[in-house]
Amino acid sequence: MTSNTLPRLLRGAQGRPLTLAQHEETFAFAARRASMLEELDASGLRGRGGASFPTARKARLLRDQRNHSKFVVVNAMEGEPASHKDRTLLSTNPHLVLDGAEYLASIIGAKNIAVCVARDNPAVVNHVERAIHERARRSLRGPALELHTPPWRYVAGEESALVHWLDDNKSLPQYRTKRPHILKIGHSPVLVDNAETCAHVGLIGRYGADWFRGLGTDESPGSALVSVTGAVRRPTVLEVALGTPLRKVLEASGADTDPQAVLLGGYGGRWLDAAHLDAPYANEALAPQGVSIGAGIIVVLPRGACGIAESQRMVKWMANESARQCGPCAFGLPAIAEDLYQLASNSRDPRGAHQRLVERCAVIEGRGACAHPDGVVRMVRSALEVFAGDVASHLGGVPCAGSSSVQHFASVPTLERAEELVWE
Amino acid sequence: MGMRRRSGGFLLRVNPILCDGFGHCHELAPELVTTDEWGYPIISPTPVPLANMSALESARYAVRGCPRQALRIERLSEPA
Repeated sequence: MTSNTLPRLLRGAQGRPLTLAQHEETFAFAARRASMLEELDASGLRGRGGASFPTARKARLLRDQRNHSKFVVVNAMEGEPASHKDRTLLSTNPHLVLDGAEYLASIIGAKNIAVCVARDNPAVVNHVERAIHERARRSLRGPALELHTPPWRYVAGEESALVHWLDDNKSLPQYRTKRPHILKIGHSPVLVDNAETCAHVGLIGRYGADWFRGLGTDESPGSALVSVTGAVRRPTVLEVALGTPLRKVLEASGADTDPQAVLLGGYGGRWLDAAHLDAPYANEALAPQGVSIGAGIIVVLPRGACGIAESQRMVKWMANESARQCGPCAFGLPAIAEDLYQLASNSRDPRGAHQRLVERCAVIEGRGACAHPDGVVRMVRSALEVFAGDVASHLGGVPCAGSSSVQHFASVPTLERAEELVWE
Repeated sequence: MGMRRRSGGFLLRVNPILCDGFGHCHELAPELVTTDEWGYPIISPTPVPLANMSALESARYAVRGCPRQALRIERLSEPA
């Protein structure tokens, strides 16, 4: 397969994961690469876990570390409730992800690969376990593959929390004094990459950078998995070429093509007004609106729904998912959620709530060990901008029509575990 | 041996994970640290010039007075 058509990552999908033999048949090897790192550099692949950091630069940083043992960590934690892409990818073709992880291990000289899947996803855990066994049966050479199953928490998928888990069985984010910070398990440096990023690396290793650049834009080459939820017939994961107009993405997923707004990048992302729906789905095109594609999440909010009420539900959940390590996050996020609630519901003093909300956003920003509070603040601010009309009507004491609706669009897990958060 | 360098600046940095909001830093270095409504320190991210001896002095007091040892002084080589 060197034809340049979609799907790339999801090729050969058959309802259950491809076996190793099927995988090798579907993705036949092309010519051997001279230097995998140069190929990765030329491909311009950026991480698909949310930060869009150039994968080659990260790999080079880790390659230059002088240590006997290094780790490659495949992050398939998928803490975002609206994201299903890692799940879909690993239940379609776990071997492609493992291939990419092995390429990365060979680049940086790692002896160990740890695949991290949340334990709340038993089906995916099984698929990965089976794939690892299949490989072990075939060959004992190469880096050691291990499966790890941390608890499913929003911040457990944050890279420092994930490494903390592997190091010390606590999925709590770590404080980093400087960036870039090399995370370590014991004394071994760790390269953390998202599962989708690894799968792309697996393809680049087979077909090369030129093939990879055959889709997508110059600045954001390649394809990406998108999870579309909200006002959609059924939650969908689809693979699109980066640079596809957003409206086309919505059409292809069977979503409402004339929505009020879409949330891009996840629950720590930003709302995008429907006026910008013709923009290409790529970071450089969305940057003027301050939006990034993040981890490939689109939540569609139809007309008539109240964006403030939806945001409030998300913020409430995000506040509960705080690791409660840093004061501004542990106390600030519930306070923001409460302010939003007072703004959205027909409370006595919506103006005061709005005022406090804006002030608290400014106070909280940038004061956590990880970016969890910053993400919430970003989402709240964009909600206040994009749903300015709704905010105005709430401030005037007349709740907008959507806020009394019982239908919700952003999927938020139930808060039944509020009292018994599992971190270990 | 020679003159100590007084060019450049410093930043008082807090480790938010260690910090428990005792508020001692605000008492000891009020010119550098304010607190939010929950009692956690807010430190301005702009560097203070090292030449500002009194600020440096109180920053050191804050570092030594922190019950959780969450504060440290970060020196920046570029002039502030």
